[in-house]
Parts: sequence; C-alpha cells; structure tokens
Amino acid sequence: MTAIKQRVANIDWVHYFDSLKFCLYTCRRPLDGFWDLIHEKRGSLAAAHTIVVVAVAVEIMRLVLTNFQFINVDMETFSAGMVVMQMVMPIILFSVANWCLTTLFDGKGRVTDIYMGYAYAMAPQVIINAVLIPVSHVITFDEGAIYWMFTSIGWFWFLLLVLCAMKQIHDYSFAKAVLTSVLSLVAIAIMVFIFLMFFAVVSDGVAYFYSIGQEAYLRMRRG
Amino acid sequence: MKKFICSLLIAVFLVGSFPLSTSAIGPSNYTYTYNEWGVPIPSPDAYRVSAYILGQHLEFNGEPIGHFNRPQDLQVHGDLLYVVDSLNHRIVILEFFEDTTFEVVDIITHAMHNGVQTTFNNPHGIYVSDWAANRGQIWLADTYNHRILHMDENWNVIKEILHPGIYGRCPNSAELTMVAGTGTSLLEDHIDFLPNKVAVDFSGRLFAQVRHVNRGLMEFDRYGVFAGYMGAPPVTVSPIDLFRRTIATQEQRERMLLNVPVEYNNVTIDHEGFIFVTTTSVDVEPVRRLNAMGDDIMIRNGWTYPIGDIWWGMGGASGVSGASELIDATALPNNVFVVFDRTRGRLFAYDSQGELLYAWGGHGNREGFFTQPTAIDSMGFTLFALDGGMNAALTRFDLTEYGMLINDALYMYQRGLYEESYVLWNEVLRKNGNFGLAYIGLARALLRQGYYREAMHYFRLQNNAVGYGRAFGFYRRVWMENYFWIFAVGVGVLMVVPPVVKRVLKVRREIREA
Repeated sequence: MTAIKQRVANIDWVHYFDSLKFCLYTCRRPLDGFWDLIHEKRGSLAAAHTIVVVAVAVEIMRLVLTNFQFINVDMETFSAGMVVMQMVMPIILFSVANWCLTTLFDGKGRVTDIYMGYAYAMAPQVIINAVLIPVSHVITFDEGAIYWMFTSIGWFWFLLLVLCAMKQIHDYSFAKAVLTSVLSLVAIAIMVFIFLMFFAVVSDGVAYFYSIGQEAYLRMRRG
Repeated sequence: MKKFICSLLIAVFLVGSFPLSTSAIGPSNYTYTYNEWGVPIPSPDAYRVSAYILGQHLEFNGEPIGHFNRPQDLQVHGDLLYVVDSLNHRIVILEFFEDTTFEVVDIITHAMHNGVQTTFNNPHGIYVSDWAANRGQIWLADTYNHRILHMDENWNVIKEILHPGIYGRCPNSAELTMVAGTGTSLLEDHIDFLPNKVAVDFSGRLFAQVRHVNRGLMEFDRYGVFAGYMGAPPVTVSPIDLFRRTIATQEQRERMLLNVPVEYNNVTIDHEGFIFVTTTSVDVEPVRRLNAMGDDIMIRNGWTYPIGDIWWGMGGASGVSGASELIDATALPNNVFVVFDRTRGRLFAYDSQGELLYAWGGHGNREGFFTQPTAIDSMGFTLFALDGGMNAALTRFDLTEYGMLINDALYMYQRGLYEESYVLWNEVLRKNGNFGLAYIGLARALLRQGYYREAMHYFRLQNNAVGYGRAFGFYRRVWMENYFWIFAVGVGVLMVVPPVVKRVLKVRREIREA
C-alpha cells in the first residue's frame, strides 16, 4: 500500500498534463508533433493510456447514446465488453505487428513508441465522435449528411495521423511508412489466424480428453 | 361420467374425421410477423381455413370426381374457381356461394377445335379473362401438347398458339422486338415449347411463362402472334465472378456457367393490369411487379424487401433451410399481395408499400398446411391455395376479424386519412401489440395532427429513422419558435455585457489611477 502511495506521490503531474495536451499539437502539426512526441519526450505512456481509455469510453457512448436515426444498436445484444475488445485488440495487435515488421526494416521505434503514436493519432477522431453524440440529437435524418461527413473526416484524420506517426517514429520515408503499415495489417491477419487455430486445436484437445474422461466415468459408474 | 367422456371423445373423433370442415373457427395457422429488429413474433391469425377441399370428396352429376392429381394452377373468375388438375388432364370448375358452400359445376376434359375434339395433355396454367374486351375467354397452357389454347367461354378454340419458331432481333431497335424470319432464333426449334403459366392483360396481350426460357415472359399480341420477350430479370454479376472471368483462359471461360437471367416460375395479373412474376432464385427479387414495358414497378419501402422469410434457419429438426422459394403471387382488391413459399409452405401478405403484414402456414398434412405448394389465387379477399403434392388439396382461407381490421385500417391509411386510421390502428394494437405497421400508422396520424413528440415516440418504437427525422424536424422548429428568446437574450447579453464590463473596469482603473 505504501508502495502505491509512493508511486502516486512520484507522478510528475505537470509532465502528464503537458503530454496529454500535446495530443492537440500532434493533431495540427503531425510531422513535427510525432517527431517531438518520441524524440523530444513530449509524450508519455500515461497520456497514451488515458487517450485509449477515453477512446473506448467515447466509442461505447457513441454506440449507446447517439440518436437512433444514425446509429441503432439492438441493446438486447449489445455488449460493452465486446466494444472494449474491438477497440483495444487492434491497438495491441497493430503495435506488436508493426514492431515485428519495422525491426526488420530498420525502424527506430519500440513497441511503446508505436503504441503511443497510435494512441495520439486517435485523439482527433475521439474528439469528433464525442462532439457528434450531442449533435446527433439536434439534427434530423435528412440532415444526416453532416453527421456522416464528420464521421468520415474523423476516419481520414486518424489514418493520416497514424501514417505520419509511423513515418516519424521509425524515421521512414512516407512511402515506406505506408508500406509497413499495410504489411502490418497482413501481419495482424496472420497473428489472428494463428491464434484462432491454436485456440481451436486446444479446445478440441480439451474436448477430446474431457469426453474420454466422461466416458470412462460413466462406464465405471454403470459397471 | 365415464359415458360422458366416451361420448365426448367419439364426438371429437367424428368432428375430426368430418370430410369437409367448413367452420370458420379452425386451428391456429401459426401466423407471425417480423418485429422492428427482424425477429419473428407470433401474431393472431389474419386468415383462417374455412374449407379444406379434397378431390375424393367432390361429386359431379352424382359421380365422385376422384383425387386431384398434381394440380398445378388455380384461376378465379367471378364466383367460379378453375382448378387445373394437371395429371388428370382436366379442368375442374367449382362454384362458391355466399354461405361458403360450394359445388362442382363442370369438368372440362377437352376443347372443340374447328369442330374436332382436342384433349389436354398435362396442362399447367389457365387464365380466364375478366377484362371488358374479352370477358369469359380462356387461355390454357396445354403444356405437354406444346401449345397455348385461346378459347371462348364455351371452350371452342379461337386460336392455337404453337412454337413461335425462328424470330430475330429487329435490326433498328435496341428493344427485344421480334420480327419473323430474320436472323438467329431465340427459342430454337429443337427446344420444346412448354408453356407453363399464362396471363392476359386488358388489351388482350398474352404473357406466357415458358419453361427453359430465361429472357422473361413470352409476349403474344391479341391475335396470338409472338411479339417478343418482356420483363427479364436483370443479370447480376458478382465482383468475384467478374475477377474469375478476367483471369480465366478462353477454354475455362467456355466451360463456366453462362451468366444469364433467371427463369420465372409463375405469372399473375392483378386487377390494375400489372403483372406479378415470381422466381425461386435468390439472385434477384423473388417477386416482381411489372408494367406493360416489363419494368419492375414494385414499391419496396418495407423493413425488408418482400422475399418471404428473413430467418432461414439451420435446417434443424424440420430439415428446411435457405431462402423462401416463391412460386405464386396474388393481388387482393386493396393492393395487398400474397405470395406462396414452396420451401416452407407459407403464405406471406404484403401491403402495397411492401411491408409484411402477416405470414402463416407451414409444411404438413393438416388443414392450412401444405406438402407441395403450387398455386394461389384470390376471390375478393378470400384466398385459395393449392397443394399439388400427393395429398393434393385445395384450401380456402377467409379473413378473420383481425385481418379485416388491418384491411380497414390500411384502406384509410393508404388514402392518407390518417386521423380516421388512428382509431382503427388502435383497435389493431388492442388485438396485437406487436403489429409494427400500426405504430407507424399511429405516428403518421399524430404527426399530421401536430403531436410531434408522440409521433417521435411511435416512430422510435419502430426504428423508423425517416419518420422520426421528419417529426423531429417539426418538433425542433416549434421548439425554436417557442424558445427563440433564450437565444436572442443570450446573444444580446453576449453583445452588451462584455463592452459594458470593459467600460466599467476602465473607468474604475482611471478613477484609481487618477
């Protein structure tokens, strides 16, 4: 307990809030911002975690609280846990896959750097989505073009920032950043495939031994 | 007591084995409808079986007429019902009376052609005209005689329509207009002419659905001359298919299946002269409503397109899975149309906007269930459904109170009399709180009367974003009109206060410094 208290007391709050505020700078000046984020230590892992948590929260609120004219989720089948998974898994997978790839292609970034870059890149989309939630309640279905336009802007901004982040973190040319990012998606697909196959094999194995055990148990009980 | 129970049981058996059940209260038909999330929800019966007619129970001139043998088509004309008893090569004509009783009035086994008797060979379709120009005339798809017989009301052949032979594309027309004897054949000579179903419009044009013809319907003019094909369903090419085709070699491409339109399996004409066609393919809309040009003019504003079942199942206990295969359609006087599904033996009723009203029926050997659905037709609001399976039977369905209520409400609603329909929709909801269209009807009525908030509520219940948006637009305008002063005052305050404060501060500073 004292250890935790010690750690909390040691937090550099000024640096934390400065680094959190820095995500606004990376939105506007991505090339400059993402360079400073890593190389000038203007960002922090704590701030990145904060952005991810906020992004998950905003995503859940977006699905639940947006007016049904634009997003209509059946609350009987809605699962916040799934949304968390859908938000967090891509970040982890992308960070790992991208790191695995870029270490082979003289990338300078570490896993935490990539994670930080990705998290900071999410910032503008999170802000746009958060603003769109109340906006969805004052516009009508016919005015939905506004809503969808801003949603698209959020996505394009995010993609642009991710590419800029990858470029600056690994000190790549832009083309190479695009290439490694796309290849990371392939790597993610491979990782997911292997994971699913591993999971299927293990669960089949477990089921096999479970059924053997069950049969033995039932036979012994009958005999 | 024992005696009583015995007699009760006997009574039950007697009633159950009674050959022709004509009572209006039958067993439930498992009617259902889909809710706003597309989940099937039970509904009260809108149609009930009022007669279950087997061939072996019918008599004509004191003689039993025997089983129906694979009957394939039905046609209503006035209070007559023509049953095409295909493998008995005959047409059985039933007359229905006001009190739901009926009798066989005629059995037709042949027609007179130039004074010579000509028999039928496995006929599959019939059309009896009710149009002013040719009332009472009969068209019969005499399938295995490879002909369509155009007959007057006394079964004298006016025109025998045979294989149209070789026709070509009209050189100066983009349309598929055919002129005789030019160019390549479209229905090759070696392909048998197997007319399956026929329908005739008010000008006497004949639309025939012919087997192995996938260019749509064959159209014949009122003299029985082939006029061309019409209404072929559009060909859809999937991107994957397109990609495969581009990378395939010439030989592979030749071996691939041709990408051609799908074949229709039935044709029906409604009282407005529009043509309902059905197809069992899932690639195109399974039921289409064509105008005289062959364009699909069906309105599809419903929660889903009219495709029958949305839930296709896993082929579990019933062993049935996959999309509904619609084999016939019929239009009721209020533009509700009913389609018949071969996969599950169900009937689906859609309103003129394409919204599902109710679905009922199923597979089985009971009243209101079917083993091999073949045809459906309507006499007013009464439906006749034909089962062409081993136990070929004709089922008569009549509207229940619930079904009538929906029709009444629809009648008002479709004429825009929303206020009048409000009361009726409420009545419908008292019988079935899951009837989605009723909520939309209420919402429309409320919207019309200016109750925007309530309208929004009912649109919300049905996930109707368009209607909600419209109601909300009005609500927002009223709200702005009422509370505009807040904004006005707010803006005013913002414009006035800062300069004043600035001024005051400036004056105070000057006083202090002075």
